Amino acid sequence: MIRIIVSADPIDVAAELARLEVPEAGAVATFTGRVRGDDGVETLELEHYPGATERALEQLAQDACARWPLAAATIVHRVGAMTPGERIVFVGTASAHRAAALEACAFLIDRLKTDAPFWKRETVAGAARWVEARAGDTAAATRWAS
Amino acid sequence: MKIVYFAWVRERVGLAEEEVTPPAGVADVAALVEWLATRSDGHRAAFADPARLRAAVDQAFVPLDAPIAGAREVAIFPPVTGG
Repeated sequence: MIRIIVSADPIDVAAELARLEVPEAGAVATFTGRVRGDDGVETLELEHYPGATERALEQLAQDACARWPLAAATIVHRVGAMTPGERIVFVGTASAHRAAALEACAFLIDRLKTDAPFWKRETVAGAARWVEARAGDTAAATRWAS
Repeated sequence: MKIVYFAWVRERVGLAEEEVTPPAGVADVAALVEWLATRSDGHRAAFADPARLRAAVDQAFVPLDAPIAGAREVAIFPPVTGG
């Protein structure tokens, strides 16, 4: 069971977690990404590619399901304007046992960072700038290449 | 063919999308970008450094040497920064 949401609405982690607790899931792993307030970031805006973004996330979830025996996989990503402390992304996986759930969860957030069309623009001291992609993100994603 | 732009590429071009008819010799994304760069100063600024550009053809990520024959929609954008 794959659930993909791209929305400007706040992420309800409790509701998403409850949806992952399906009968066959002995293990549920989740990751939540939040807006960091370091470096004086005042607001963060997320732009996406409507249609293509959802398709990319769906493909990632399908890849995870092909690789691990998952009972459920959820990706929720916010778009639009956010402030520090708000949740940007939620990834959750459910499986019979913990190894599959934990690994699939890490796979999804690592690959999401390089494979899904989202762009961050942060405002610091009133000035907006586009966030640069990080080499470390590419390295994290490629460790799942095999 | 519809061209869509995102993030700072969109801002420099000054358009979110445009409809274009590239000449017959424009066979891949890289050639398309080179041709688009001639359309305005904004396009030229956006496409000045192809190493900083990524692309999608009909909403699927592709390398810049991917062919564009038959494409309905080509997207050009910076490396992604989600999550």
